[in-house]
Amino acid sequence: MSAFREAIAEAAGLIVRADADFLEIVALSAQVTGLAVLIACAIGFPLGALLAVGRFRGRGALSLAVSAAMGLPPVVVGLVLYMLLSRAGPLGVLGLLYTPTAMVIAQVVLVTPIIAALTRQVVEDLDAEYSETLRALRATRAQAMGTLLWEARPALVTAALAGLGRAMAEVGAVMIVGGNIDHLTRVMTTAIALETSRGELALALALGIVLLVASLAINAALMGLRQRIGEPAHG
Amino acid sequence: MIRPLITAAALALLGALPATAQSHITVQSTTSTQNSGLYEHLLPIFEEKTGIDVRVVAVGTGQALKNAGNCDGDMLITHARAAEEAFVAEGKGLARHTLMYNDFILVGPAADPASAAGDDILAALSAIAESEAPFASRADDSGTNKAELALWSEAGADPKAASGTWYLETGSGMGATLNLGTAQGAYVLTDRATWDTFANKSDFEILVEGDPKLFNQYGLIVVSPAACPATRIVEAETFAKWLLGPEGQDAIQAFAPNGKQLFFPNAAE
Repeated sequence: MSAFREAIAEAAGLIVRADADFLEIVALSAQVTGLAVLIACAIGFPLGALLAVGRFRGRGALSLAVSAAMGLPPVVVGLVLYMLLSRAGPLGVLGLLYTPTAMVIAQVVLVTPIIAALTRQVVEDLDAEYSETLRALRATRAQAMGTLLWEARPALVTAALAGLGRAMAEVGAVMIVGGNIDHLTRVMTTAIALETSRGELALALALGIVLLVASLAINAALMGLRQRIGEPAHG
Repeated sequence: MIRPLITAAALALLGALPATAQSHITVQSTTSTQNSGLYEHLLPIFEEKTGIDVRVVAVGTGQALKNAGNCDGDMLITHARAAEEAFVAEGKGLARHTLMYNDFILVGPAADPASAAGDDILAALSAIAESEAPFASRADDSGTNKAELALWSEAGADPKAASGTWYLETGSGMGATLNLGTAQGAYVLTDRATWDTFANKSDFEILVEGDPKLFNQYGLIVVSPAACPATRIVEAETFAKWLLGPEGQDAIQAFAPNGKQLFFPNAAE
């Protein structure tokens, strides 16, 4: 157990000392993950609503594809993106490989299906409840989608949190497309992988504890937000 | 109410992503040089002098050569001479330079169940194969893995036939393989730099060292701009000249974490 005690002490030390290298890694993690989740929400919310209330050919197939994509292995996403973004690949001219932008793209690919699938479920349930009212008001499909998404916002916070969880914990894809470059693309999870490979298990675990604490703080904040925006909807 | 908040957050996040530095190169490198902390010692000195930002992607030698072959790097620092010379012969790289050396070592449990200890690596491998004592191989086409396979073949053994029994192919980096080795009590062939700076040694010791067959040469190649037009040739040549010149070689010589030199510069030879 002494290894765990050492790790907890190390984690506390990391937070208290707050040295520049450590803060840089935490900040980049927050930026990459935060931006990826925001983009994934911007795509996933309307996509989920469209799958819930839209009437178009191929809706079932698209729904199935989105659900299946929730299980995409991050390593595969990383590999495909590497092949696309590599100088030898079709998007090589953009020079995005080994940049934070490439890491954001990888996480958007991983997180969007989760948010879209959860949104679809929530909006479908609400639609069953509100469809008559919306029809009576002669709402267009787009208006209905907008109204249902707005009514669903407490549940959408939960969807965003599920996406955030996957993005924060992910290491396989960002390792390949980011390259774990010091001061450029090193984030919490790739730093943990590096310290593990250096045999610095206590330090690696300490970084894991910091990641967990950050995750707790974000979840608590967003659950507070969920309660606040939840009240008027049911009040 | 919420929307302006989100917009502001998005803008803040976008703006905060590090902008692309004006002058930088990407080095595809073997892992031992990163895991030992060599780059953390060398790069600040070079960056201060030239303002060129050096970005190191540390993967196994095999993958480093493949990535550079895809033009995803400006320079290579690897340790597998035959593969490096093939890379140059295919026109993907300019000349191959010798940069520095150290040696491979065989590490294993202090109890040494196969009685492998000594200064003869071939005898040690034969003893391990004979007693079927666990041995962890990286099996990832890295420079260390290539060296290990060459030694097995020279010892006249075919460990791959025993894969999954006593011969454990991890398919992972040096550190991950050492973590597995110390946990399972399996012998591991490693480079000395990774071992010396490895913190999870458990009860493992160096059992075989000093055999001339364990020589480990690191090479440097600048990616050919003819093969890869995106190569930042001026910056890459600047870094190569510095590493191969007296300043870089002295800096490599001076790198001694825990008071022990890990890499021995030999560019001029």
